Amino acid sequence: MSKTPLLDQLESGPWPSFVTDLKRMAAKKPQVKDLLAQLERSYQEKITHWKHGGIVGVLGYGSGIIGRYSDLAETFPGVEHFHTMRINQPSGWFYTTKALRGLCDIWDKHGSGLLNMHGATGDIIFLGTRTENLEPCFAELTANGWDLGGSGSTFRSPSCCLGPARCEWACYDTMEACYVLTQEMQFDMHRPSYPYKYKLKFSGCPNDCVAAVARADLSIIGVWKDDIRIDQAAVKAYAGGELKPRGGATPYAKLDIKADVTDLCPTHCMSYDGKKLAIDNRNCNHCMHCINLMPQALRPGTETGATLLLGSHAPILEGAQLSWVIQPFIVMESPYDEFKELNVRITEWWAEHGKNRERIGELILRLGMREFLEAAELPPAPQQVRIPRANPFFFWQQSDFDAEAKGRKYYTREGFDVE
Amino acid sequence: MSERKTDIGPPHYEQFLPPIIKENYGKWKYHEIPEPGVLKHVSETGAELYSVRAGAARLISTDFVREVCEVADKFCDGYLRFTSRNNIEFLLTDKGKIAGLKAELKKAGIPIGGTGHSVTSIIHTQGWVHCHTPAIDASGPVKAVMDDLFEYFGTHKLPAQVRIALACCINMCGAVHCSDIAMCGVHRTAPKIMHDRLRHLCEIPTTIASCPTGAIRPHPDKSLKSVSVNEPKCMYCGNCYTMCPALPCFDAEKGGIAILVGGKVSNAKSAPAFSRLAIPYIPNNPPRWPEVVAAIRNILIKYAEGANKWERLGEWINRIGWEKFFEVCDIPFTFQHIDDYKFQAYDTYRTSMHFKF
Ligand code: HEM
Ligand code: HEM
Ligand code: HEM
Ligand code: HEM
Ligand code: SF4
Ligand code: SF4
Ligand code: SF4
Ligand code: SF4
Repeated sequence: MSKTPLLDQLESGPWPSFVTDLKRMAAKKPQVKDLLAQLERSYQEKITHWKHGGIVGVLGYGSGIIGRYSDLAETFPGVEHFHTMRINQPSGWFYTTKALRGLCDIWDKHGSGLLNMHGATGDIIFLGTRTENLEPCFAELTANGWDLGGSGSTFRSPSCCLGPARCEWACYDTMEACYVLTQEMQFDMHRPSYPYKYKLKFSGCPNDCVAAVARADLSIIGVWKDDIRIDQAAVKAYAGGELKPRGGATPYAKLDIKADVTDLCPTHCMSYDGKKLAIDNRNCNHCMHCINLMPQALRPGTETGATLLLGSHAPILEGAQLSWVIQPFIVMESPYDEFKELNVRITEWWAEHGKNRERIGELILRLGMREFLEAAELPPAPQQVRIPRANPFFFWQQSDFDAEAKGRKYYTREGFDVE
Repeated sequence: MSERKTDIGPPHYEQFLPPIIKENYGKWKYHEIPEPGVLKHVSETGAELYSVRAGAARLISTDFVREVCEVADKFCDGYLRFTSRNNIEFLLTDKGKIAGLKAELKKAGIPIGGTGHSVTSIIHTQGWVHCHTPAIDASGPVKAVMDDLFEYFGTHKLPAQVRIALACCINMCGAVHCSDIAMCGVHRTAPKIMHDRLRHLCEIPTTIASCPTGAIRPHPDKSLKSVSVNEPKCMYCGNCYTMCPALPCFDAEKGGIAILVGGKVSNAKSAPAFSRLAIPYIPNNPPRWPEVVAAIRNILIKYAEGANKWERLGEWINRIGWEKFFEVCDIPFTFQHIDDYKFQAYDTYRTSMHFKF
């Protein structure tokens, strides 16, 4: 009789079955056999059998390994230790089969042979090994050009959309920016010195394919400042049905340019008279709707860069936040000095004032946006808010009065008033 | 022994890019999706790149990766990538090879799809396979839901794309809080205090500080050197257990799954938005969670029937109103739906006469 009757029920059905995949590994690896048996127990008892605890790692690093022990080690000795290793992924998650096989060889030798491509932060996740295997595994990984990612209160492995590698909408080189910043921050990634985790995610345009706005403390989202590029002949072809909406990936055979595109433009800055598509670009809010629907007719402009948004995290502790705009536009070009310097100002302010386990977004809510913006040396800008405050309960600082006395337009610190 | 290497960072991506991408980097002009799961990108130089997107479980073995590598060697000169949703993309330039690649994937049981107006792979966390605080498994419910919605993976039948995600506890590691449909594991039991163990294992101030709702206090009986939990204030987040293993909050019978809907991350038309509570609790029913599967199908079908062209799930709900959503989907509205958690609650109360009966 099968030892895993409940899990066996997850072998049927059209979607690839992790149970089937794990079972063939179990034939070779006793720890996977025990993993399946313990998982079956969890399915019976509706309870996890993993313990929290046991600080493990590789020499000199305080992150990259997640310690994991079974609470049924006597019954399932193969999963007594089942630590995770986070391996920092290459930008855009591109691989050659040679590189992937190399990783598989290392993991077959030193671990369970189970993995995630990839974890939610972006790293390659090697699932399941014993403490004594960590150091040899790490040595072999680095010998082959791989390194661990972040975990705990560190700079976490940044991730990015594939950007210019394959997407015509990329407004900056997400792949390079991600790589350069990852290299720049190696020390902070591997040695916990922050109040909590800190993540960067790079998306090339407002479609935000890596969900930067929802899951990066600092979200770098590509944007253009000039005009959407229009190919009027292609617009006609969409209107005539020769070109299919969204490259063909919808149930709809043909676009009605007015009903589907211009009427749904959130800023009503477009019009179509049956012949020509017109966009009032100064009033476009870069939502991407029209571009998404007509990829052969429209493209973002050429004066490009990124918007920086800060603060998103999942619900614990103060409730979920989405990142909000802190700098409406920044040029993102190698060597990214402006960005790197700002990133340092942000993390230094947070490291100084943040309480243990307080994300940067929560700290800003506690101390106020002005505190933060001044520390980060960012001027106030209307793009930072959806609407201004609805109350007159605001504060004045001496610097405001000084600015006023000097006849400056904005009551802000020296250097901030651009006008 | 050679010198120990550290802080080398990830390998440079360029060595993994196929020649066509190196040559056309930053030069892409437009794309088409000629059929579900197949993307065609055309460069200003006229070069054409095809990407065949395939679905996979997130929990996989090296055997599976090697299998995928064989396919990529045979059809793609050894080049492939993964998407942010655990999909695999096979990259090739020879259009003539697509049919062969598709046949090979089919033989291996690897589905093709996940593009455009589809339900693509479900982002999810670790669950009972690896974490210490899950209320539910992750891979199991995902497999059950994807089996049920399989017809939507390889087709473009929906009014817009539908992103589904799962987190196995309310820490929401997977950042499920901005998905069209999100499953979230929930505990419903306050921690049991094991005073004997707590004394030795835990630091009391950090344990108290770990609680986001301030439910933990030093125990009135000082000699116990322990804590007490004000149960009505506890939201079962498990933070205290993470700090202090002597405070387990698991309960096999009371744990379950909440469904949140209507979130999105892209800026297209409407702004990025959080998912909102649709169903506060569905019992934890392994191995195939049939009630969860049915609830998700119900919401998806009602959305597909009711939404206008291009409307994301949340945009549909905002248009018809939440009260209509609950009516159309036949979901009871409970006290749990009304937010009372910290500063965000007030934002959700209705301050207008704009509603429907
Ligand atoms: C003894 C070995 C321990 C191991 C292996 C361990 C491991 C972990 C891991 C893997 C995470 C998730 C971090 C991430 O998201 O990357 C975590 C989170 C956490 N751990 Fe531990 N932990 C240990 C001990 C402790 C202790 C003793 C405390 C408190 C006194 C503690 C407090 C926390 C807290 C507060 C979190 C919250 C999440 C985070 O900071 O990312 N841990 N731990
Ligand atoms: C008290 C709070 C939290 C605790 C105790 C915690 C604990 C953990 C643990 C133990 C893991 C490793 C899971 C495993 O492989 O066994 C993990 C992974 C992770 N956590 Fe958390 N976490 C917490 C909060 C959060 C929050 C708020 C976020 C998001 C903003 C988050 C994001 C992640 C991500 C992205 C991963 C990787 C998940 C994956 O790839 O499967 N965590 N966390
Ligand atoms: C320090 C702050 C404020 C002071 C000293 C103040 C003072 C007053 C006073 C003296 C009145 C007239 C009351 C009366 O007719 O007997 C009034 C009315 C009113 N205030 Fe304020 N107020 C303040 C803030 C606000 C704020 C923040 C709001 C709204 C966001 C507000 C909204 C109103 C409204 C709606 C009325 C009634 C106006 C009307 O009758 O047409 N007030 N306030
Ligand atoms: C036809 C236009 C689009 C194309 C060609 C496209 C292409 C892609 C690609 C290639 C990925 C994988 C990215 C990666 O792995 O880094 C992706 C992911 C994603 N896209 Fe798009 N995208 C399009 C439109 C959109 C729109 C309109 C939205 C939102 C409304 C959107 C939301 C997302 C999200 C959330 C992801 C996350 C990861 C995933 O699903 O793989 N995309 N998209
Ligand atoms: S975020 Fe924009 S640039 Fe990046 S892959 Fe998605 S659509 Fe392309
Ligand atoms: S990008 Fe959005 S706001 Fe701008 S013109 Fe297109 S639909 Fe309108
Ligand atoms: S969501 Fe919760 S249970 Fe799931 S992996 Fe994250 S911390 Fe663990
Ligand atoms: S489970 Fe969460 S809310 Fe409940 S006592 Fe523990 S930390 Fe506080």
